[in-house]
Amino acid sequence: MGKLKITASVASQVRLADGVYSMWIDAKEITDQSMPGQFISVYTGDSSKLLPRPISICETDRDKGLLRIVYRIAGKGTDEFSRYQAGDPVIIMGPLGNGFPLKAGSSGKKALLIGGGIGIPPMLELAKNLTCTKQMVLGYRDELFLNEEFLPYGDTFLATESGTAGTKGNVMDAIREHGLQSDVIFACGPTPMLKSLRAYALEHHIECYLSLEEKMACGIGACLACVCKSSEKDDHSMVHNKRVCKDGPVFKAEEVEF
Amino acid sequence: MNMKVNLAGVTLNNPVMTASGTFGSGEEYSELVDLNRLGAVVTKGVANIPWAGNPTPRIAETYGGMINAIGLQNPGMDVFIKRDIPFLKKYDTKIIVNVCGKTTEDYIEVVERLSDEPVDMLEINISCPNVKEGGIAFGQDPKAVEAITREVKKYAKQPVIMKLSPNVTDITVMAKAAEAGGADVLSMINTLTGMKIDVNRRTFAVANKTGGLSGPAIKPIAVRMVYQAARAVKIPIIGMGGIMTAEDALEFILAGATAVSVGTANFVNPYATTEIITGIEDYMIKYQIEDISELIGAVR
Repeated sequence: MGKLKITASVASQVRLADGVYSMWIDAKEITDQSMPGQFISVYTGDSSKLLPRPISICETDRDKGLLRIVYRIAGKGTDEFSRYQAGDPVIIMGPLGNGFPLKAGSSGKKALLIGGGIGIPPMLELAKNLTCTKQMVLGYRDELFLNEEFLPYGDTFLATESGTAGTKGNVMDAIREHGLQSDVIFACGPTPMLKSLRAYALEHHIECYLSLEEKMACGIGACLACVCKSSEKDDHSMVHNKRVCKDGPVFKAEEVEF
Repeated sequence: MNMKVNLAGVTLNNPVMTASGTFGSGEEYSELVDLNRLGAVVTKGVANIPWAGNPTPRIAETYGGMINAIGLQNPGMDVFIKRDIPFLKKYDTKIIVNVCGKTTEDYIEVVERLSDEPVDMLEINISCPNVKEGGIAFGQDPKAVEAITREVKKYAKQPVIMKLSPNVTDITVMAKAAEAGGADVLSMINTLTGMKIDVNRRTFAVANKTGGLSGPAIKPIAVRMVYQAARAVKIPIIGMGGIMTAEDALEFILAGATAVSVGTANFVNPYATTEIITGIEDYMIKYQIEDISELIGAVR
């Protein structure tokens, strides 16, 4: 069927932490096709705000045709979404992007799933779908969210900048403190985190997949707003640029540069 | 009811096309939009060699609009010709290639190379505000506009559309200069140079500092300029600038545009182009308009 833009409806919404919300959306046509690590474009109902907000898919419930987004209020658009209630319409397009390669976490391997801040949500759907042994490392500034939902899928280690929970510091500090070993890393989070993980993975020769973020307009690979630097000349762009929305958001660590 | 329009001898099934830079070469949008329904696909700017474009962030949302400074990233004409033209040829739509360059020679190299390709028209971008050389540098001086138009016309086998910048004191001077240089059609308007400052990060919202403002915020300026240019020149005009709906498109047509391009609206609604075509049809039925030509420049 492919990606599509629809007016879906909000199934439920709750606040998880200060400025962080969890919304379940009734969108069977998109849910059915989605893969862990993909995202949707969410459009505001305010015609003065033109561009969709790209938000990762946190989880799906295929039986009910629901998908879940967990997002932080970053501006007026996401503030509008946070006020939606069950039954309200929500305009979305998806599923977008490539998603995490599940086969990279095949049985027998040991995977490390690393999420930082609002990069944590997409790791949940990945944790649910990876068949191999998993350990999670979740990094927060201070207030926790979603961490308990990872517990059924493996050991979950926390890091907080404030030191209120887990390791005081960032996800790299938690990895060192617990001496976490892995065959493959999957990660989503702020650019400095991804940058350190990339260096760590390349140094230790660990297969590593990073989910990137960039300001987007079209969300489907046409406008070339959301490019990242690629190590090699890209076949599509013919320059050292890849499209985060279409070629990504998930890239192999050695594919991209920060 | 006739929606066909004629641009310098090229007949479009309807007056609605895509605006350069917002639709790639159509492939990405073809998953969502039936390209056969479009009057034409205007491609993203193509240069003689690949261009890497500007650093990110390349875009920022503004009230009723957006600022972009992509910097004309493109894969260069070789890949474009091998990959994108054959893709577009599969559809019953016209192919208009937007051409960009840093020097007159660059433009001519692309124009010459495209001369034997199955391309319907060429749109010459002399109005991009986001590159240091070329682009707008050609579009803000009437002598330069006339000169590059004349040079391009010497080599082009397809009709030539000159895409004008609104970042000028008097648009009619530029429109007349392009016409004097032999332009077959005018495309207007490109984006308005703008700036947005991120007050939280205390820096520019786009890395290029300035960018091109597009979207409904600029539409009244675009309609006014199309109206002025339509009264100043005899060649047809493709109108654009913030068209979101059929009503917006009709404003441009009534102001004097023979065809219209839809740009930023594609980001807001990927189905915008086809919805606008349907909306124009509905309008023609409602007001019993037999031929769309009755509407072109009807408001004087």
